[in-house]
Amino acid sequence: MSSARARALHRRRRVVNLLGLGAATLATLFGLVWLVWILGTTLWNGAGAFDAKLFTEMTPPPGEAGGLLNAIVGSAIIIALGIAFGTPVGVMAGTHLAEYAHGTALAEVIRFVNDILLSAPSIVIGLFVYALVVQPTGHFSGWAGGVALALVMLPVVVRTSDETMRLVPATLREAALALGAPKWRMIVRVVWPAARTGIVTGILLGIARISGETAPLLFTALNNQYWTVNPANPMANIPVVIFQFALSPYDQWHSLAWAGALLMTLVVLVLSVGARAALRRRG
Amino acid sequence: MADQVAAEQRSETPASTPDASAAAQIAIRNLEFLYGGNRALKGITLDIPARQVTAMIGPSGCGKSTLLRVLNRMYDLYPGQRAIGEVMIDGQDILAPDVDLNDLRSRVGMVFQKPTPFPMSIYDNIAFGVKLHERLSKAALDERVEWSLTRAALWDEVRDRLGASATGLSGGQQQRLCIARTIAVRPEVILLDEPTSALDPISTLRIEELIDELKRDFTIVIVTHNMQQAARCADRVAFFYLGELVEVGPAAQMFTAPRERRTQEYITGRFG
Repeated sequence: MSSARARALHRRRRVVNLLGLGAATLATLFGLVWLVWILGTTLWNGAGAFDAKLFTEMTPPPGEAGGLLNAIVGSAIIIALGIAFGTPVGVMAGTHLAEYAHGTALAEVIRFVNDILLSAPSIVIGLFVYALVVQPTGHFSGWAGGVALALVMLPVVVRTSDETMRLVPATLREAALALGAPKWRMIVRVVWPAARTGIVTGILLGIARISGETAPLLFTALNNQYWTVNPANPMANIPVVIFQFALSPYDQWHSLAWAGALLMTLVVLVLSVGARAALRRRG
Repeated sequence: MADQVAAEQRSETPASTPDASAAAQIAIRNLEFLYGGNRALKGITLDIPARQVTAMIGPSGCGKSTLLRVLNRMYDLYPGQRAIGEVMIDGQDILAPDVDLNDLRSRVGMVFQKPTPFPMSIYDNIAFGVKLHERLSKAALDERVEWSLTRAALWDEVRDRLGASATGLSGGQQQRLCIARTIAVRPEVILLDEPTSALDPISTLRIEELIDELKRDFTIVIVTHNMQQAARCADRVAFFYLGELVEVGPAAQMFTAPRERRTQEYITGRFG
């Protein structure tokens, strides 16, 4: 009799387990479907215009064939500016948090504010830089785009630098100081090399993050139909070109937008895989 | 070449046999140490003679590592830690506020419990400390690196891979590298904080032989939990208990005829 009750109990548990497992699997599939759909559509539509002309010709006027050369170069320049502003400031700020302000209330406040910046909508940053750079100078520019991307990248770099430097064992710091090293030298020669992989990973993640940003550039670098490598001018860039071409009624612009989307996806994929590989090597 | 440098080094600081009457290089007077409000050292008065090995023993938390970290002011890194009293090294009070800590630490080297190789090459690990305090030509630096690795009994194992990463060495080799790195700066005092507790018996033996060799040129202070090690290495032994210095004397006397009952009980393993 008790064994019959035990059997009923076990059967009930099996059913509940099956229902739970089924729900979890469905939820996972639901999430994956969209991802695969997005990637698949991008690949399918982007592959059509993904050819040599993409990298050799300018963005065309409506109804003509062309490529994305000016947008690719513009994006590269604006992203490089973002990296040039964002990386040193981010690593220095992370160093300050981990090495100088460690354990203070100030550090906790800065970390909290940095985390807010990390999750701030990027359009807010775009508007901020619009007010900060575009309005005073009177025109859109690559410089303004670089500043906006730097502000998007900054909190990522600050956080990963701070966290990886705090993982460096205190005994390593003591060992350097015990030889009579001044603190700055201990940081530059011992802590940074020990945390190097983590810092580089953070920078790569930051670059991946800013590569696809559209909103901050819409208000800063804007766009440019023509070739320019001078950041004082408005600059073409892939995200804004995608945005404008995709909203247009022209088929050729549509396929170029898809190709641009595919290109950005591939760049971010390579950077993410690279960052993960670097992380694994450290572990 | 290395032998020549080593010989010069020895002639600068003539080797002498351990001798209880040797001039005290470190004189500690009425030293109190505070972790916040907690007294970790209570009125320590102790002379540490030059060119001898002084071992500090005692159960965990007795203050021996704390005392070691006073001798190179390592505690300065941590706010809330404070030393009161007098610690004279070669007649200079190192607790004075105007002491140049980098200079002090170039004179008082330290080797830690766990090996702490820097994430750089074997050569650069040694050169790092030397370059902090001296401007040497490449040739002179090469000589110094070879000299210190030879003194640390590591040269023969690494001479062909000085450019290789130091983190690839075994634990025992890493610890000898840390000793080489410390003596390359040519300090007067070497502090060893349980230097073999993370090592296997063979590596431990090599480090102990090394300590015996190094005391000809350096004043050595070692913290250890290992009674046999203290008996093997030390000329003098200081026994600490609950922040107090219970007894200090020649190693032979401490291990055969200690004056204090607490010393005897600890040494024979009745507590601690």
